[in-house]
Amino acid sequence: MASEPGGFTAYIQHHLTFLTLPHVSHGGFWSWTVHVDSITVSLALGVLFSLWFWLKARKATAGVPGKGQAFVELVLEFVDGQVKDVFHGDRRVLGPLALTVFVWVFLMNFMDLLPVDLIPLIAEKCGLSHFRAVPTADLNMTFAMSITVFLLMIFYSFKAKGFGGYMHELFTAPFGKHPLLWLPNFALNLVEMLSKPVSLAMRLFGNMYAGELVFILIAGLFSAGGIALYSLGLVGYAVWSIFHILIISIQAFIFMVLTVVYISMAHDHH
Amino acid sequence: MEFNATLIGEMIVFAFLIWFSVHFIWPHINKAIEERQLKIAEGLGAAERAHAELKDADAKVAGEIRQARKQAAEIIDKAQQQANQIIDKARADAVAEVDRQKALAQDEIASMAQRARAELRERVGALAMQGASKIVQREIDPAAHKALLDQLATEI
Repeated sequence: MASEPGGFTAYIQHHLTFLTLPHVSHGGFWSWTVHVDSITVSLALGVLFSLWFWLKARKATAGVPGKGQAFVELVLEFVDGQVKDVFHGDRRVLGPLALTVFVWVFLMNFMDLLPVDLIPLIAEKCGLSHFRAVPTADLNMTFAMSITVFLLMIFYSFKAKGFGGYMHELFTAPFGKHPLLWLPNFALNLVEMLSKPVSLAMRLFGNMYAGELVFILIAGLFSAGGIALYSLGLVGYAVWSIFHILIISIQAFIFMVLTVVYISMAHDHH
Repeated sequence: MEFNATLIGEMIVFAFLIWFSVHFIWPHINKAIEERQLKIAEGLGAAERAHAELKDADAKVAGEIRQARKQAAEIIDKAQQQANQIIDKARADAVAEVDRQKALAQDEIASMAQRARAELRERVGALAMQGASKIVQREIDPAAHKALLDQLATEI
């Protein structure tokens, strides 16, 4: 596709452009537009996850499980084990939250392993000018998740410590109770609090964006001309795909564990 | 950094997924897992109990067999004793019977000998009378010679 007008740079830019409605944004921090591709793919994968697990959950028996049920249970017990290690309270909300994060993020990351030109090509046949298949390579997606986690953190901080207790902690930890230290305490806590969703979102986004970019760059070799570059592209694509299986799993796992850690920290008293 | 309404949409989707997971996925699967854990624990416990019961039953059976053997030996002993007693009694009875029969036979023999002797004596007396009468060629008056004859009879 590098043979399209504009060459390789245009090819990359094309691949990094979201299908944005109602109009392409003109930069700036915020615009009232929507990345239709991110929403569609994440929603489809979310529904896939929900339906899949719901169907298995609906027919779950305490007897000998089928292979499908056994797999779902395996995932659930893995997640539950991770949550149990970190959080020593009622897991009825944190457990499913971690499960949702893990499976959903993994599925969205997995879109990175589909051939980088496949979905944009199908989209183009359907008359869509652009289509980015990996929602987790969209800052809006990762921040949506991390901000939701952040709101849950605040909610559970209030729930576990009460309004007074939480405010007391914000203004008196970690330096001390002296009124002169209230402001420094609060400033430090604010930075600590805000760094959590930012780092959570940026880590996942950075990994997925970089991974996608490497795929695009390698794919560029296919049409760079010459059988040697083509072969190099094939080998490179295969190697990076295999390596990327590790990355998407680890990133999904890290996002889940950090979510659990942050929310369980919100329960802790200082 | 370029944010837009996608953020809000994804937050809503995420919140919905969490809600769905909390209410419709996690509890059901978790319940099945916990029930199965309970079942497995119960099964293991039952197996353990059955094992112990089997051991008990084995011990009981062994005891019973030992008891039965002892009883059988006792019965055999008793039977042997009884048989010996019966044999001894039979022998004693037989000996007594033999003695009785012998005594009876001896009595009979004795009485028969007595009778024979008396008869013989009478016959000899008669014969002597006949002989003597023949010698004397006349009737001996038994009355007259009775004393003589009786003396003769006792001498025989």
